[in-house]
Formats: sequence, structure tokens, C-alpha cells
Amino acid sequence: MNLVRFHRPDLWRSPFDQLTNLREEINRLLESPLGDLDRDFEFFNVGSPVLDLYEDKDNLIVRAELPGMKKEDIDVSLHDGTLTISGERKVEKRGEDVEPSRSERFFGRFQRTFTLPKSVEFNKVTATYKDGILTVTLPKTEDSKPKQIEVKVS
Amino acid sequence: MNAIAKPEVREANNRTQACERACLIPRVNITETKDAYLLEAEMPGVNKNGLEVLLEGNELTLVGRRQSENVEAQLIYRESSPTDFRRVFVLDPTIDTGKIKAEMENGVLTLSLPKAEKVRPRKITISG
Repeated sequence: MNLVRFHRPDLWRSPFDQLTNLREEINRLLESPLGDLDRDFEFFNVGSPVLDLYEDKDNLIVRAELPGMKKEDIDVSLHDGTLTISGERKVEKRGEDVEPSRSERFFGRFQRTFTLPKSVEFNKVTATYKDGILTVTLPKTEDSKPKQIEVKVS
Repeated sequence: MNAIAKPEVREANNRTQACERACLIPRVNITETKDAYLLEAEMPGVNKNGLEVLLEGNELTLVGRRQSENVEAQLIYRESSPTDFRRVFVLDPTIDTGKIKAEMENGVLTLSLPKAEKVRPRKITISG
């Protein structure tokens, strides 16, 4: 499992703002219930999407949290049993005299790569994007599906 | 340091209050324009039906509940949190709470919090 870390482009913020943000982030970490800790460590790994992996009889299913993206800004590629999800979250122009007062969201390029636990039919992979969740469905090859072996009595 | 923080939309101090189970704090951007504050909160997996925006006095509570996922598939590896999103903000009295608008798109909630007429910048023409 490969994690790629990205620099967060702090375009508009002064160093003071960044310090305030850091302090808030630390407060957040200290105040959150224990179960949330993993998630809060995202601070050290900004921009890389959170992933879940599911398996059913025929498919491996990968769900990635990518809120506020455009479908065309997401790239999914498969190479040698390795799935890569990458893309760019672009800053939306909100007009001229706009002043940010809190910036926690990540904007910029991100990439996440990981090795699939089973071999898949790479030409039958499909992906959908809904409610900020990317779902990649990867049909398993015949070899990696469970097989019933009949025991013969001789 | 506090002097540069915008006080108009601020985090409620007891932000985990009334959170029955552990909850997830959504990432938020707030921008200010001449007429309004724009609050964007990331709640991946939440759609309009799972969203709750509550206003009690000047306290704005955002709650996002995720729809149950494909139950037939078996979970192999999980990084996401199964809990609800929740975050509480305190709005400045200069925000016109009667005109708040909410929109949900691709897992991002966008709230428009308009400033009351009286605090918007106005140009005063000099007569005479």
C-alpha cells in the first residue's frame, strides 16, 4: 500500500493563518474521540483519498472518498495488479472580492496507489462517481474466484 | 493570533456536544464576500436525504448521515469511518438567519449565509 503525500498549496494564506490552522488541527486531534484518530491523522497525509475495499462473489469493489470533484478530473488506472486513483481538485472561482476566513479543504493534485489482493479482468473495470464517492468495480478473473472442488470417493 | 481570525462564523467551543456516538468533523472552508459568507463542508457519501442543517438561535448545526452501502459485499479493508458527520458553528448576529440557503452537490454542502442589509458596505453619496 503506497501513500503519496502532497504539498498543500496555501495560495492566499499568511504564515499567521497557517499557524492558526495548525493549532486548530492539533486541538481537533486532542478533542476528538479515540475512534476518530486515524481519520485526523489525515492532516499529515492531506489530499490522498480515504479508501475502502469490498469483495463479493464476482468483484473487488473499491470506494474512495473524493468530495467536491468533477467526474472528468478523476483518473483511474490499472497496471500490473496495481490500482491508481489520481486527479486534481480545482479551486472554484467565487468572484472578485472574496476573502477566505477558514481553509481546511484540500485543493490540488492527489494520487493514491495500491496493490489489489486478487487478479482482475482489467478490460472490464468500471467506475462511477456519486455523492462524492468514487466506486471502482473490478471483476475478478476466473482463477481468483472461489471454486468448489468435489471430493470423489474412490 | 485571534485578532486575525474572522469572528463572524466561528466554531462552537463544545463541538462534540450531543454526539450520541463518535462523530466525524467535516472539513470546512469559509469565504467572505461583500454580501455573504459561504461555508463549504465536505461530507462524502452524504446526499440531500441524509443531510440536516439545524439553526437554534445563532447556533448552526450540520449533520450528515451516510446511506447504507452495498451490504452484500464483504468488507476487506476499511479506512473510512462509519459514523455521521457533525459540526457546530456560532453565527454572528449580523448574519441574516432567515435567508440561509443550502445546496448539496457531490458530497459537498454549500451554505450561503447572507449578511444583514445594515452591515453590508454601502456607498453614501454626498448631496449638495
